[in-house]
Amino acid sequence: MKQIKQLDIEKIRNDFPILSQKVNGKNLIYLDNSATSQKPQKVIDAITEYYKSYNSNVHRAIHSLGEKATLKFEEAHEKVAKFINAEKEEIIFTRNTTESLNLLAYSLGKNITSKDNVVITEMEHHSNIIPWQQLCKRTGAELRYIKIDKEGKLDLKNTPIDNNTKIVSIAHVSNVLGTINPVKEIANIAHKNKALFIVDGAQSVPHIKVDVKDIEVDFLAFSGHKMLGPTGIGVLYGKKEYLKKMNPVFFGGGMISNVTKEDAQWADIPNKFEAGTPNIEGAIALASAIEYLENLGMDSINSYVKDLTTYAMKKLLELNNITIYGPENGDRTALISFNLIGIHPHDVAQLLDKEGIAVRAGHMCAKPLMQVMDTQSVCRASFYFYNTKQEVDFLADSLKKVQGVFK
Amino acid sequence: MIDLYQEELLDHYKNPRNFGTLSNPDIEFSDTNPLCGDEVKVTAKIINGKIQEIKFDSRGCAISVAAASKLSELLKNKSLSEIKKMDNKEVLELLGVPISPMRLKCALLSLRALQKGIYQNLGE
Ligand SMILES: Cc1ncc(COP(=O)(O)O)c(C=O)c1O
Repeated sequence: MKQIKQLDIEKIRNDFPILSQKVNGKNLIYLDNSATSQKPQKVIDAITEYYKSYNSNVHRAIHSLGEKATLKFEEAHEKVAKFINAEKEEIIFTRNTTESLNLLAYSLGKNITSKDNVVITEMEHHSNIIPWQQLCKRTGAELRYIKIDKEGKLDLKNTPIDNNTKIVSIAHVSNVLGTINPVKEIANIAHKNKALFIVDGAQSVPHIKVDVKDIEVDFLAFSGHKMLGPTGIGVLYGKKEYLKKMNPVFFGGGMISNVTKEDAQWADIPNKFEAGTPNIEGAIALASAIEYLENLGMDSINSYVKDLTTYAMKKLLELNNITIYGPENGDRTALISFNLIGIHPHDVAQLLDKEGIAVRAGHMCAKPLMQVMDTQSVCRASFYFYNTKQEVDFLADSLKKVQGVFK
Repeated sequence: MIDLYQEELLDHYKNPRNFGTLSNPDIEFSDTNPLCGDEVKVTAKIINGKIQEIKFDSRGCAISVAAASKLSELLKNKSLSEIKKMDNKEVLELLGVPISPMRLKCALLSLRALQKGIYQNLGE
């Protein structure tokens, strides 16, 4: 069996300047990592260094700064590609997962007709629902949902995928239930029906080693800011055979090979999808974030966070009057959504904030899922590798205090 | 932790005054706070340009439910023109606890619903 390197959490925490601050007089306990992760000094430095020493526009620059920026920007494509076992030209930089999925819905939408259907699941984030909903409205295609069972897992025995399914798009990990979906199995069903298979990796790529060849995805979308990178940089991976055939969605500088008054030809991939001046420092800082993650080791991160989540599950289940959503154990990771019975999530979050604890409260951008779960909103504690069992203990104690306030 | 939500506010949350809906109301309006899914439905009867009876069917956090409850007491016999002029400040004073910027929408949901209802139902 492969040895998994243990993480030195104390040392790791020192890499994250924000974690040492006080909030409302209490030590910050940041449990909102599924919304966005904190950033290590290394990533902050990468941004600063870019602006201090080689800020300039990429491509077409015949001067030293421009060359360095271009080189680093190209390297960032390469770094991301290696991280998910793809090729450099298969990596398109976007703003975030949302933009990546919208890009797909527009570009792939060209080939969708009213006879077709698009399949997503009941546990999707709005950013993997609305682009397809809108596409279906534009084309008359049907939007279908894979249902979830009581435990919060996908019902794959009865999928609505059939011969007319053109696109299957699902979250790898649910941002509400924490469920890790069996993407390989779904890839298989999609491909048997000649549908394209898209994975929303926003919650999986930060935690799990994702290998696009292994899970057989055609497209993968994820966000830099949830994996130690800055906001404003996201990724769309696409199999090059598809990307080459697809039309760009944004037009302008940087994405052409030739332009006349009448017409234009597109640059090669990935450039044809990256119109305009990109988020250069974002891409470079994302590459730096990936270096940081690889240095710790994705297996170590996954194993640590899984343990911590299991521990948190145990602690929360010990509370009275709590509803916990999603699978109790097994194929889940990194986050726990719950409700204290009779207390609104906003009140819980507000009172926890008084204790320095940051959790999320609300519909989690998954209103259709909230409906299926028969609730309006939930609290969510989400973990990363710099969180500790002591923090989880404090969360559990503080939740008891919240219950005390409302008694 | 406790000082944030005073007893009085919690009491309005647990036992909201004038809770529910009126039949045959002159004003009826539903609104939600998309941030958290708080919902409120306001119904009111008007006589001579004044609120004669008002009910809020509010579901949500302590702040939004308590705000509706406290408002319902304050608004009885108030004239519509006065209500239209009411703003954040009055609601915050009424609540009497610190409201963070993110929770402002919760605090104001019921007043805003009533103001929209006046506008929509009475065209004023
Ligand atoms: C599963 C999932 N998909 C998509 C997104 C959207 O990510 P972004 O806001 O970075 O586009 C999120 C973010 O919360 C998410 O959790």
